[in-house]
Amino acid sequence: MIQIKELHKSYRMGSNSLHVLKGINLDIKEGEFVSIMGSSGSGKSTLLNIIGMLDEADKGSYVLDNVPIKNLSEKKAAIYRNKFLGFIFQSFNLINYKDAAENVALPLYYQGISRKIRKEKALYYLEKVGLADWAHHLPSELSGGQKQRVAIARALASEPKVLLADEPTGALDTKTSYEVMDFLQGINDEGKTILVVTHEEDIAHMTKRIVMLKDGVIEQDKFVEQVRASEHV
Amino acid sequence: MFDLDRWREIFQTINKNKLRTLLAGFTVTLGILIFTILFGMGNGLKNTFYESFQDDAQNTIFISPRSTSKPFKGFKENRRIEFENEDLEFLKEKFADRLEHITARVFKGVSAKYKNEYGSYDVRAVHPSHQYLEQTETFKGRYINQNDIRTDARVAVIGRLVEKDLFGDKDAVGEYFSMNKIVYRVIGVFKDEGSGDREERTIYTPVSTTQRIYKNTERIDQINLMYDMSIGANGARKLSKEIEKELKKRHNIAPSDRSALRINNKIEDLEETLQFASLLQIIVIVIGIGTLLAGVIGISNIMVYIVKERTKELGIRKALGAKPSSVIGMILQETVVITLLFGYIGLVIGNFILNSMGDKLKDWFITNPNVSQGTIIGATIILVISGLIAGYIPARRAAKVKPIVALRDE
Repeated sequence: MIQIKELHKSYRMGSNSLHVLKGINLDIKEGEFVSIMGSSGSGKSTLLNIIGMLDEADKGSYVLDNVPIKNLSEKKAAIYRNKFLGFIFQSFNLINYKDAAENVALPLYYQGISRKIRKEKALYYLEKVGLADWAHHLPSELSGGQKQRVAIARALASEPKVLLADEPTGALDTKTSYEVMDFLQGINDEGKTILVVTHEEDIAHMTKRIVMLKDGVIEQDKFVEQVRASEHV
Repeated sequence: MFDLDRWREIFQTINKNKLRTLLAGFTVTLGILIFTILFGMGNGLKNTFYESFQDDAQNTIFISPRSTSKPFKGFKENRRIEFENEDLEFLKEKFADRLEHITARVFKGVSAKYKNEYGSYDVRAVHPSHQYLEQTETFKGRYINQNDIRTDARVAVIGRLVEKDLFGDKDAVGEYFSMNKIVYRVIGVFKDEGSGDREERTIYTPVSTTQRIYKNTERIDQINLMYDMSIGANGARKLSKEIEKELKKRHNIAPSDRSALRINNKIEDLEETLQFASLLQIIVIVIGIGTLLAGVIGISNIMVYIVKERTKELGIRKALGAKPSSVIGMILQETVVITLLFGYIGLVIGNFILNSMGDKLKDWFITNPNVSQGTIIGATIILVISGLIAGYIPARRAAKVKPIVALRDE
C-alpha cells in the first residue's frame, strides 16, 4: 500500500537548514495497523505529513497504492488526498459552525457526491461510531471523545485506502483514548490500513507494528502482539 | 457558479457566521448609503443651479443706448444716444436671417389705482415678441398682440402679484384700472415663477400706446432680441459685433467708443453658467469617488480579516480534499453575495432618505436630490469588483498555505 524509499526532508530555519528526515525506508502493506513513535523532534509528524501529501519530500520516492506521489500540483494533491486518505487530528479540526453530520459529509461534498447520498453516508458512518443521535449537534455541544469519533466518521466517509491519525488520543483522557483506539481497531479488523503517530507506549501497543523514529532515521521497526483496547475499557 | 450545492454551502456559511457577515455587510451598506446621499445632494445642488439660471431664454442680446465717450464726426463727447422705432425696424430687416424675435422696451414707473387700492409699479412697454424672451406664462387672458400695437390700445398684461395687490381675489381680466390717471383694460395676467416677485409686480403695455401717451415720441429705451440658437456661441458673438458696428454707424459713434452702447449678450453669462455647472459636476464626482474609495478600503480590510480568521477552516477543507480553486471560488462568491445584498440595502435606505428629503432642503440650495439608477449600479459594480480583488489576494494566499501550517495548533 505504501512504499517509501530513501526519503529526505529538511526545513530551512533562517540561514540554518534542519535535516529532519535522513533517509527513511518504509513498506506498509494493505490491512496493516502501524504506529510511528518517537520523541518530539524525531520527525514523526513530518513523515506523516509527507505520507498525507500535506507536505513534500526533498528526496526519495513515495508510492501510494501504486501511484507515485511526486511533484503534485495543489489540485492533484487535493484530489489524491480526497480519494486515498482519511485524516484524524489531535485537535479534531471539525468545522465549528457545521453540525456532526455536515462535518462528516464534507469530504463527500468535495468528491462531488449528491446531497442525498452525502446525507445517507454521513448518517451511516455516524451510526458506525455510535453517534447517530448526535448527528445534528454542533461540535461545541460534543465531548472530546465524541468530537474525535465524529472526526473518525469523517475520515471514513470518503472510503479512503489509508487512515492517517496524528496523535488521535493526544487531547483525550485515558478512558476516552482507549474508546477511540477500540474504534480504530474495529475499523482495522475490517481491513482498513491505519497509520497512527503517537508518543504513548500503551497506544502504540494497541497497533500491530511499531516504527521507532529517532533523529530522522528509523531506529526500530517491529511487529507486536496487539493489545485489544476493549479489554481496558 | 450555478452549482446548487455551492450556493447552499455559501448560504450556510453566511448564515452561521452572522457577526462576520454583518460586519462586512455594514461596511458595504454604509458605503453605498453615503455614496447615494452625497451624490444625490450634489445633484440637488446642480438642480437648484439650473432652475435659477435657466428661467429666461439664454439666446438673447439686450442693447441699451448710453452716452458717447469720444468726439466723432464733429459731434462732441458725452452725447446722449437715443434709439427710436426706426432702429428696431432697421435691425429687424438687416439681421432677418438670424433673428427669431425682436422687441422694444420702454420703461415707465407708474402709480396704479383700482377702486380704493393703490400701488406703484414698473411698466414695460413692449412688442408681442417680448413674451418669448422673458418666457412669460400668461395663465389668464392673453398677451399683447400685433393688433394692440397697431391701434395703440390701452390694454395691460399684469403680473400675478399686481392682480393680488389691486384686485384681491377678483379675476382682473376685463377690469379697468388706471395708471398715472389714464385708464387701461386688463387683458391678461402672467406668472413667472423663476424670476421672482419683482418680475411678477411688472405691468406690460403695448409699446406704441406708451409712446403715444407720453409725449408722442418714437423713443425706445432698450432693444432686446433673440437669435436663432443654431448659430452657436461663436455665431452669437459675431452677431453682437455686427450689430454694434451697424448701430455705431447709424448713430455716428466712434468705432472705438466703448461706452456709447451697452450690448449684453447672454451667451457670455451662459458660458460662465456652464463653467460653474461643470465645476459643480466635478465636485459631485470627487465626492462620489471619495466615498467609493472609502467603501473600497473598508471592504478590503474586512476581506483580509475574514480570510485570516478562516485560515484554519480553509486548511481543514483542503486536508479533506478541497481544491485551491474551490477554496478561492467559495470566498469570492461569498463576497459577491454579501456585497450585492448589503449594497442593495444601502441603496434602498439611501433612496428612501433622498426621497423623503424632497425639497425640504431648498433653503440650502438643494432641490430634488436624486441619484440615477445607472450611477448606483455602477457604484455597486465597483464595490463588487473591489471586494473581489480585495478578497482574491488573501484568498489565494490562504489557498496556497499548506494545510499543515493552517492546522498547526496555536
